[in-house]
Amino acid sequence: MNIKELYQEIILEHGKNPRNLRKTDNFNKDAKGYNPLCGDSVHVYLKLDEKKKVEDASFEGSGCAISMASASIMTDLVKGKDTKEVKEIINDFLGMIKENPELKSKILKDEEKTKLMCLSGVKQYPMRVKCATLSWHTLISAIDNSHEEINTEKLY
Amino acid sequence: MNFSNIKKEFPIFNNKNLIYLDSANSSQKPQSVIDRINDFYSNEFSNVGRSVHALSIAATNNYENTRVSVQKYINAKDKDEIVFTKGATEAINLVANTFGQKYLKEGDEILLTELEHHSNYVPWHYLRNLKGVKIEFAEVNNDGEVIVESIEKKISSKTKMISVTHLSNVTGAILPIKEITELAHSKGIPVLIDGCQAAPHLKLDMQDLDCDFYTISCHKMYGPTGLGILYAKKKWLEELPPYQGGGGMIKEVKKDSVSYGDLPNKYEAGTMATAQIVAFDQSIKFLEKIGMDNVIQHEKELMDYGQEILRKNNSVKLVGNPKEKGAVLSFTIEGVHPHDIATILDEDGVAIRAGHHCCQILHEKLGMAASARASLGIYNTKEDLNQLNSSINKCKKIFNLK
Repeated sequence: MNIKELYQEIILEHGKNPRNLRKTDNFNKDAKGYNPLCGDSVHVYLKLDEKKKVEDASFEGSGCAISMASASIMTDLVKGKDTKEVKEIINDFLGMIKENPELKSKILKDEEKTKLMCLSGVKQYPMRVKCATLSWHTLISAIDNSHEEINTEKLY
Repeated sequence: MNFSNIKKEFPIFNNKNLIYLDSANSSQKPQSVIDRINDFYSNEFSNVGRSVHALSIAATNNYENTRVSVQKYINAKDKDEIVFTKGATEAINLVANTFGQKYLKEGDEILLTELEHHSNYVPWHYLRNLKGVKIEFAEVNNDGEVIVESIEKKISSKTKMISVTHLSNVTGAILPIKEITELAHSKGIPVLIDGCQAAPHLKLDMQDLDCDFYTISCHKMYGPTGLGILYAKKKWLEELPPYQGGGGMIKEVKKDSVSYGDLPNKYEAGTMATAQIVAFDQSIKFLEKIGMDNVIQHEKELMDYGQEILRKNNSVKLVGNPKEKGAVLSFTIEGVHPHDIATILDEDGVAIRAGHHCCQILHEKLGMAASARASLGIYNTKEDLNQLNSSINKCKKIFNLK
C-alpha cells in the first residue's frame, strides 16, 4: 500500500483544519479519551435535544493528522442524527476499520460514506488504528454517559 | 577503524531495507550474541549454582564470567558489586524499594530531574504513598540540559537520595554526573545514576565516578532482552535488605527464621535469565573489540553530521541543544505530528520512535505532547542519516510543507 492512500488530501485537510475543534456551549454529554502510548487526548462534547438528536458535536484535543481528521469528520457527520442512528454509524465505522471491506449502514449518505472510507487506509497500519478510533470510542462513552475515560490500551 | 563492516555483524541488516534509528529504545543484536544464546541452549544448558554436575558447574562459570566482564567494563572495584536484574527498571525499583524501606520516613525528599525516564520516577513515586516521601525535580534549562546549579538549588536538609540520568533519552544531554556526585557526597547524600543511554556509548568508570548506584539496560547495549545490571557499592548491598525472596538468595531457612546469602546472591532470587546473562558477555566483547574510544568517535561524527543536516532542513526543529550530547536526535516538524512522521518514514524502512519516549514530564515542560526521535547505534552510517533526511523531505512533501 502506498503511504499516500493513508494520507489522502481529505485527511490532510481535516487534520490541518479540524472542524468542530471547540467546546459546545451548554453541552449535555461529554467524555474523555486518551492514548497512553503517544499521550494524545480527546474530549468529545455533545448537545442533544429532547428527542435525543445531536444538535451540536465538538471536540478538544491534540493528536496526529489521522486522529484529528477522524474526530473532525466524525463530529461533522453525527450532527442532526439521533443517538440510535449515531450508535449505528459508530458500529459501522469501527467494523469497517476492523474487518469489513465497506460501510453498510443505510443511514449514511453516499458522500458521507466516501468521506469515512478515506480513513480506511489505517487498516494497513495496526499501530495507527487507535489514532483513527479514539474519538469514536470516546463518543460512545459520551452517549452512554458512562463517565469512563477511554483508554486505547484497554480497547483491544 | 572501518565502521562500514560493522553492519554486517548484525544479521537483521542483511536481507532488509532497514535504516534502524531506534537504538535508544532497543539496539539490534550482533551474530555473536545470537549464536551464544543458541549454543548455550543447544549444548551447555543447565541451571546455575544449584547442582554439582558438570553442566551446572560450566554454566555457573559462564554466568559468573559475565559478572566479571561487567565489572571490568564499568571498572567496579569488586565483582560482588554487580547484580543481575530483569532490566534497568527492576534495578531502580530494587534500590527505591529497599532503600525506601530501610531509610526513608515521612517528609524525606528524593531529588530527580525533569529529564528522567518514567522508570527513574515511578519507582520513587511509590514511596510517596508508602512513606510520605516528597519528590523534587531539578529543572531542565532551555538547551535541554540539567546543570549542577539546578541540582544544588533543590537540595535541602531533607534530601535523602539524588537519582539522575547519565544521558537523556530525549535531548541527548550528558549530565555532569561526577560533579553531581561530588556535590551530593559533600552533603552526605547517596546518588543513583540511570545509565541506560550511556552504557552502550560512553566509557564508564565506577571507581572514578564514585556514585552509589548505577543502572544498565542490556538490551540497549547490543545484548539480550530481559536483563539489566545494578551496580551498587558493596556497603549498600550489605546494608540494604533483600528485594525479592526465594531460592538462591538464602543462607539458611528454618521454620522460624531465614538468613540471607552472601553478595551478590542476596539480590538474585529465583532462576535468573541465565542464557541472556551468559550471552551478554558477547555484547561486552563486541564493544571491547571495537574499543570504546572508537565507538565514541564514530558516534560523535554521526551526531555532528546528523545535527548539521537536520538544522539545514527547514521546518525541522531539534529538541534541545546540549553542549555535551549523546547519540540522540529528537526533532519535530512544524505542522506534522510525530506519529505521522514515523509512519511515513517507516514506509522507506526508516525506523524511528515517535511519542513522549517515556518522558511525559519533560515533554510537558518543553510544551509538546510528543516528539520524533532518531537514535544512533554503532552500526549506523552517514548514509542512514542521509536517508533519514530525504524521508523527512518526503514527509514534508506529503504534508505540503516547504
